[in-house]
Amino acid sequence: MRRQVEGSRAIAETVARCGPDVVAAYPISPQTHIVEALSDLVELGMAGRCEYLMVESEFGAMSACIGASAAGGRAYTATASQGLLFMAEALPNASGLQLPIVMTVANRALGAPINIWNDHSDAMSQRDAGWIQLFAESNQAAVDLHVQAFALAEQLSVPVMVCVDGFVLTHAMEAIDVPEQELVDAVLPPLQPAQCLDPAAPITIGAMVGPEAFTEVKFLEAHRQLRALDAVQEVADRFHAASGRDSGGLTSSYRLEDADVVVVALGSVLGTAADVVDELRDEGVPAGTLGITCFRPWPFDEVREALAGASQVIVLNRALAVGSGSILGQDVRLTVSGGPTTVHDVVVGLGGRPVTRHMLRRLIEDVRAGRISDHALTFPDLDVETVSKELARTVDGADGAALAGAVLGQLATPWPAEEEET
Amino acid sequence: MTDLKLYQVGTFAAGNRLLDPAQRTEQSSGERSNSITSGHRACRGCGEALGARVVLDAAMHATGGRMVTVNATGCLEVFSTPYPESAWRVPWLHSLFGNAAAVASGVAATLRAQGRDDVRVVAQAGDGGTVDIGLGCLSGMFERNDDVLFVCYDNQGYMNTGVQRSGATPAAANTANTRPVGTRVGNAFGTGKSLPVIAMAHEIPYVATATVADLHDLEAKVTRAMSMHGARYLHVLVPCPVGWGTTSADTIRVARLATESGLFPVFEAEDGEVTGVRPIRRQVPVEDYLRLQTRFAHLFSGEGRPDVVARLQRQADRSIAHFGLLEEAAR
Amino acid sequence: MSGRCRDEVTSRAGRAVMFQTRFHGRGGQGVVTAAELLSVAAFDQGKHSQALPSFGSERTGAPVVAYCRIDDRPIRSHDPVTSPEAVVVQDPTMLHIPGVLDDIAIDGVVLVNSTRTPSELGLDHLAARVVTVPATDLARERLGRPLPNTCLLGALAGLTGVVDLAALQRAMRDRFAGAAGDLNAQLAADGFDLVQEGPEGVRHAQAG
Repeated sequence: MRRQVEGSRAIAETVARCGPDVVAAYPISPQTHIVEALSDLVELGMAGRCEYLMVESEFGAMSACIGASAAGGRAYTATASQGLLFMAEALPNASGLQLPIVMTVANRALGAPINIWNDHSDAMSQRDAGWIQLFAESNQAAVDLHVQAFALAEQLSVPVMVCVDGFVLTHAMEAIDVPEQELVDAVLPPLQPAQCLDPAAPITIGAMVGPEAFTEVKFLEAHRQLRALDAVQEVADRFHAASGRDSGGLTSSYRLEDADVVVVALGSVLGTAADVVDELRDEGVPAGTLGITCFRPWPFDEVREALAGASQVIVLNRALAVGSGSILGQDVRLTVSGGPTTVHDVVVGLGGRPVTRHMLRRLIEDVRAGRISDHALTFPDLDVETVSKELARTVDGADGAALAGAVLGQLATPWPAEEEET
Repeated sequence: MTDLKLYQVGTFAAGNRLLDPAQRTEQSSGERSNSITSGHRACRGCGEALGARVVLDAAMHATGGRMVTVNATGCLEVFSTPYPESAWRVPWLHSLFGNAAAVASGVAATLRAQGRDDVRVVAQAGDGGTVDIGLGCLSGMFERNDDVLFVCYDNQGYMNTGVQRSGATPAAANTANTRPVGTRVGNAFGTGKSLPVIAMAHEIPYVATATVADLHDLEAKVTRAMSMHGARYLHVLVPCPVGWGTTSADTIRVARLATESGLFPVFEAEDGEVTGVRPIRRQVPVEDYLRLQTRFAHLFSGEGRPDVVARLQRQADRSIAHFGLLEEAAR
Repeated sequence: MSGRCRDEVTSRAGRAVMFQTRFHGRGGQGVVTAAELLSVAAFDQGKHSQALPSFGSERTGAPVVAYCRIDDRPIRSHDPVTSPEAVVVQDPTMLHIPGVLDDIAIDGVVLVNSTRTPSELGLDHLAARVVTVPATDLARERLGRPLPNTCLLGALAGLTGVVDLAALQRAMRDRFAGAAGDLNAQLAADGFDLVQEGPEGVRHAQAG
């Protein structure tokens, strides 16, 4: 039933209905409302028989989830930013041990400098940890994805993180149809642990694997993740059948069919992009969006097919691969390479700087007019003047090109420029 | 007042066939679970391998076999699970170095949530994984009073990585990064921490220290711990022949000397208060203990460092006084 | 393609049907709650609505901004409100902070919590309609606490009709248990009534 509710609260209620055995809770902005709500829900018996562990750190939180899951329980935690880094050692441990843990990441920038606002640098920093990474573009998608996440994790024995834009979604109050218990039960069967610490059948979990077997173990792990490409859609179909809602799957799109310029992005900025697409379409510009819902594993085939008809793709990167370029953009670039599509990588919305409709609209117009490079990383909302002054102040014997790049609001990238036609 | 426990009737053998069967150790029984079985890759004379066997078999006996264990990274984990083999005959989980306590808390939480809490949880770690990198998680487990027995096998250094210093390394010890070069005497005085005392400060239901020199005592403490619920901590001194520079045949002897010198006090505490000590029966000067270990050889070579030895003796004396290890036992 | 297509077109074709409100105040004055209550009232009346807080570090007294969007169609974007139809200033000391009065719609409303007139506050130059309401004083009378938000919400409803007073009051009774719910509902009515009265009852300036 739809009701006006805060995103975090809706997520907490959904998780409670998924019947976790153990919730490990350590607070960090902007996830706090989730763990606070879960404390009440657990205490009031609305999460079934659930143990709510107030751990001493995020490392403790993920560690407790590992133990809880290995003992045959359904385990959940939530974190963001610095907290995700603090549990970094435990993330590949969880995936390597094949534990179906689910975690909400309320996306927030990584420090330094310390910044509590929304971008994707936290999730991006852990993209290789062997976890499935799903990105919610709205609060409705967020709650729906949590149900699907548990089902997915347990089906595949791969942990899943559900990424929800911090503050922007977590603290937004809007109409959300929080999945009722019947819907959850229709999609998420009772947990049947693939492994379990049980005196009746003793097993050793977490042995030391040497050079003679490590490669094989890792291959199998990567293979498991790739199987998620099918499972994500399967679970989404099941969810759709039970709810009538289409939230899940590998990608989502808006007016993509005949789009010539496509904005590719993760998370809530897709809502803003859809508004801009409508404005532009009314003016005859064939724009559309492609949202990546499942970022890891990367849905190569789906993205390639989706972008096949576009001549220009604009990737909105809300995190940086420092020293290398973009992250989402490079995945997209690799996917469409060999085709005629040009990819324009822009960095926006770092550290909570809003991605406004006005800025997006101007960006699309600039791309259409050939003003945005397809071989450099563009920062459309950079305060060029301030940056240039700082570079002039601090860089001795400055490399002219570097300064010039800053003046254009760009960083050079390793990608080759288009061959000039003679 | 502390009872003086006398087990020996005749020989020192662990089973001692002249003892009443009820007083014999679990290790002497043919029925023991052999939780960590033979074939593991520990060094000869490894105190930790012995300690783990004694502790877990006692825990299995005390719980009727209803027990699972969580093991931190370290010697014990490494030498017992060289894939594709495992020496463990009990349910066993290894995660990381610093999180045995948190993982164990998670295991206990699932067992409780699923109504399976007749199954008990034992966490195991070396001194590094307990007092240094493991301290945060351990303190959390203590303050939440999670139902876990945490056992620290203290060989006083990061042995598995090549004998580096830990927060449990005693003063003046030679380790790979506290070598007595220049004017350094080895590990610095005025550093280090006592985890048993830290555990007591958390006022958890049960804290105890023990060594592999007294198997009866060690087993009794495990049994006592498993008769309780909540957070419990057992700190077991386990000499490491490689790291301490002792001969493999001296493991038990060296452990006994550690207690008889007063350097390693053996006691029990409940809810933050000491409830009993194992009195020193025949006090020995610290030198008798130190001379058996090449990690202290620099204190005796050439002119030696009698001042350092004297300082260690003063440490031992303070420990004896503090815990009342030489008090007359009431009977 | 296995992705979801949500091509149901929701183009606005230039029509402004969305009502956007921006709330300014200081931490502890219920700015975020105000935006939320407004959004709940709108939802109650069958509209789509969204309340978004804008955070600095948690601290009472720090400037806080919150937004509320209300529309007949689903609201997709979560970016900050930049062209509000209404601005509510819960603390008059915020008035000289840059940005507080930016980009208000020409036919918009600025509602300020103050015992002074718009003229006295130096706001005559604004194209938008400025109204001042002594919300803190009224709250002290009714609630015994200087929380101006619910009174201002009532005034906002009275000035703009964006939501019904009754819907606001239901939202308040739902949010605040027991007597507090009733008292806040009364306060909302106070604010609503105050802006209905002529120049005698409320000090406001009509834009020239």
